[in-house]
Amino acid sequence: MNVVLAVVIGGLYATGLYMMMRRSIVKLIIGLALLSHAANLLIFTAGGLTRARPPLIPEGANVPPAPFADPLPQALILTAIVISFGVLAFALVLIHRAYGTVGTDDLDEMKATDT
Amino acid sequence: MNIAIAVMSGFAMASAAPLLHRFLRRFARGGTVAGWLVALLPLALTAYFASYTSAIARGETFVVSYTWASGLGVNLSFYVDGLSLLFALLISGIGALIVIYAGSYLAGHEHLGRFYTYLLMFMASMLGLALAGNIITLYVFWELTSISSYLLIGFEHKKETARRAALQALLVTGAGGLALLGGLVLLGQAAGSFELPALLASGDAIRSHALYVPILLLVLLGAFTKSAQFPFHFWLPGAMEAPTPVSAYLHSATMVKAGVFLLARFFPVLGGTNEWLYIVTTVGAVTMLVGGILALYQTDLKLVLAYSTVSALGTLVALLGLGTTQAITAAIVFLLAHALYKGALFMITGAVDHETGTRDVERLGGLRRAMPITAGVAVLAAVSLAGFGPVLSFIGKELLLEAVLQVEAFRALLVAVAVLSGALFVAVASIVSIRPFFGAHVATPKEAHEAPRSLWMGPALLALLGVVIGIAPGTVGSGIVAPSVASVLGRIEPVKLGLWHGFNPALALSVVSVVIGFVIYRGWVALRTHTTSLTEKIFVWGPARWYGVILDGVFALAQRQTRLLQNGYLRVYVLIVIASTIGLVGYTFVVGGGLNANFVWTELRFYEAGIAIIILLAAIAAVRSRSRLGAVASLGVVGFGVALIFILYGAPDLALTQFLIETLTVILLVLVFYHLPRFAIFSSKRARVRDLAIALSAGALMTMLVLVANSVRFAPPISDYFAERSLPDAHGRNIVNVILVDFRGLDTLGEITVLAVAAFGVYALLKLRPQKKEGK
Repeated sequence: MNVVLAVVIGGLYATGLYMMMRRSIVKLIIGLALLSHAANLLIFTAGGLTRARPPLIPEGANVPPAPFADPLPQALILTAIVISFGVLAFALVLIHRAYGTVGTDDLDEMKATDT
Repeated sequence: MNIAIAVMSGFAMASAAPLLHRFLRRFARGGTVAGWLVALLPLALTAYFASYTSAIARGETFVVSYTWASGLGVNLSFYVDGLSLLFALLISGIGALIVIYAGSYLAGHEHLGRFYTYLLMFMASMLGLALAGNIITLYVFWELTSISSYLLIGFEHKKETARRAALQALLVTGAGGLALLGGLVLLGQAAGSFELPALLASGDAIRSHALYVPILLLVLLGAFTKSAQFPFHFWLPGAMEAPTPVSAYLHSATMVKAGVFLLARFFPVLGGTNEWLYIVTTVGAVTMLVGGILALYQTDLKLVLAYSTVSALGTLVALLGLGTTQAITAAIVFLLAHALYKGALFMITGAVDHETGTRDVERLGGLRRAMPITAGVAVLAAVSLAGFGPVLSFIGKELLLEAVLQVEAFRALLVAVAVLSGALFVAVASIVSIRPFFGAHVATPKEAHEAPRSLWMGPALLALLGVVIGIAPGTVGSGIVAPSVASVLGRIEPVKLGLWHGFNPALALSVVSVVIGFVIYRGWVALRTHTTSLTEKIFVWGPARWYGVILDGVFALAQRQTRLLQNGYLRVYVLIVIASTIGLVGYTFVVGGGLNANFVWTELRFYEAGIAIIILLAAIAAVRSRSRLGAVASLGVVGFGVALIFILYGAPDLALTQFLIETLTVILLVLVFYHLPRFAIFSSKRARVRDLAIALSAGALMTMLVLVANSVRFAPPISDYFAERSLPDAHGRNIVNVILVDFRGLDTLGEITVLAVAAFGVYALLKLRPQKKEGK
């Protein structure tokens, strides 16, 4: 499965980066979202994969029964998901505003508007 | 009181001086009082350093050390021996006179308080440099002198020439400073210590070290730029843009001697080899001649003196290069004598400028009637400059000639250089003393009258000292010169100074140089008017020109590079970042052995493969979609697919969050995209193919990285710790939750803050109603 996931991560990076290099500002947002999925999956696999064993401590035990999924990457990704949503929401509204003010969605034209 | 406090007191006074000045300025004559009060510190420091003389003369040394960065071997250390004491006395003693002089010279100047700050900052830095006991400490103070010199040269900051000269001095000495830093670090590595006493004791080891030549060259670069040696001499005449007290203090008596100090300081460590002998002596001798000759082509008194300072610095460097006992003694005596008379002459020039409104020799003459005291002091100091008469510099000159006569290789050449530069000194002395003060009266821009006491007192004191020490050199010889010579040579040598050395070849050469000097002076005007155009043609290609060419080149390069990289196109930035990452990571990847990981082929289940294919297809659909809604929907599919992977691999919390956030994102995108323009294709086909190639290689690289990363573990994971402590320490059974709210609770606080800021931003942007710009 690791190899398959590795390919998925690579594919998400490729599509995300390709979209970030577009001139259309709307596509930039899509690229950003794809990139954050890719990064989350990267962290997830980097911790090692364990099937269907969430890091929970059952009643009556002091430690989770081995093997269990690595909890640390999960905590990091949880933070990352929420943050990337914040970034996405802010970027969206910013672009919306910029489009309304500047009247173009072509990044090449936007570069000459801060006069 | 200890040495560290003595050095740091200068910085403290530097910050207090402007307040003092501002407070006292309100009273009548308050400005003058402030100058005297500020001068109390350097006076006290002079007395303090003087109290060390007897102990130092007995051969003792003092070390004060504070730990600074002990892991790096860097300490704030101070070290007092003969050489550092000589410099400390010169710096604080002349500093006191300069502060008093400046209070009068710049009286009424709106930034006089600031001037005191710079001046005292410089004094403290210079003291720190002279007394440093750790070569990194030394370097820090070395750079501080460059910076305070920059501030002082550019003191009249509204003048473009002053700003340019300040920058030039800073860049030239700063470049040398960088070289010096490299040299000092190598030196510390070679010796195994940055502490000066340890270094001074390991000279033989360093001279035979493999890195000796690089160390020597780097240290010499630092010394030569600071002490204005050819071909770096051009910044010193430029620095004459500074107010005259600065020229007298920094650019004749103290700072420019820092390079000489460095050579003397490191003589026991680096000196005595053939490399040292040939490089240092040659550079010094060339500078001696070039400085002396260029001095003849100036009519601005300050520039005449500046070039003769260049020549004097060359003399000192050449003597240190020779490195014999005789030469070192000559260097120390000449250094002391030069500081006294050159400081005095600069201050006299300032007094003349102050009282007549000009310092152009052509427009001055017969001032002795209007300014008798100034004229007297000028003649006294000029006798010292000429080095002929009952003065200290005469002793220095005799020692110099004796040292040169003892040289084995190239003796005739060196003797000729010494005699000629001696003659040029005599000519310069005549130019600055006879021409302005004697002969027919010449009308000046301001009606000339005698300078106030505070303007002639300092130079008079210095010039008199030169005579007194010359007539009775015993105390100074045994108390200051001998210990300094001992600390340069690394062994105690008897030093006996006296005016009369008997009828010997040195005296004969001295007489010859005086005669030549007077001949040059008699023909000076004719020489200057007839050959100026010739020298100008030569010096168009001098080092100052190269400085300009290099500086322009750097600016042009920076401009082109900025236009190339900072072009304002976001996609180009992204492209450059991605391409460089691929290049650098890919390079490491290939060098590090490439893809030789053991693939972890955990059995693949069909539904997992299905999810993977769905994610990839959805991602491609998001890229290819022509409609905004289609792209958003595909993006949602990707997000839900990722959530499914989370579920399958034991991360229910992640999956839950991902489902919620993904839903929210899709809703948000749909809402906002409705107001945004349709997807447009702006790029050319070529650009798209190029971007696709780059994006695909970045993706492939990431895939390979994931595969390699999975088979490598550098350290045991810390997750076991979390699993073990979760229940006993945090009383939670869901370890992910415990990590978020307990073990890494601060991270979560940061996350919440980021979200809150983003929410405020969104709210503010939505409320923003930008007004249309008014027409021009």
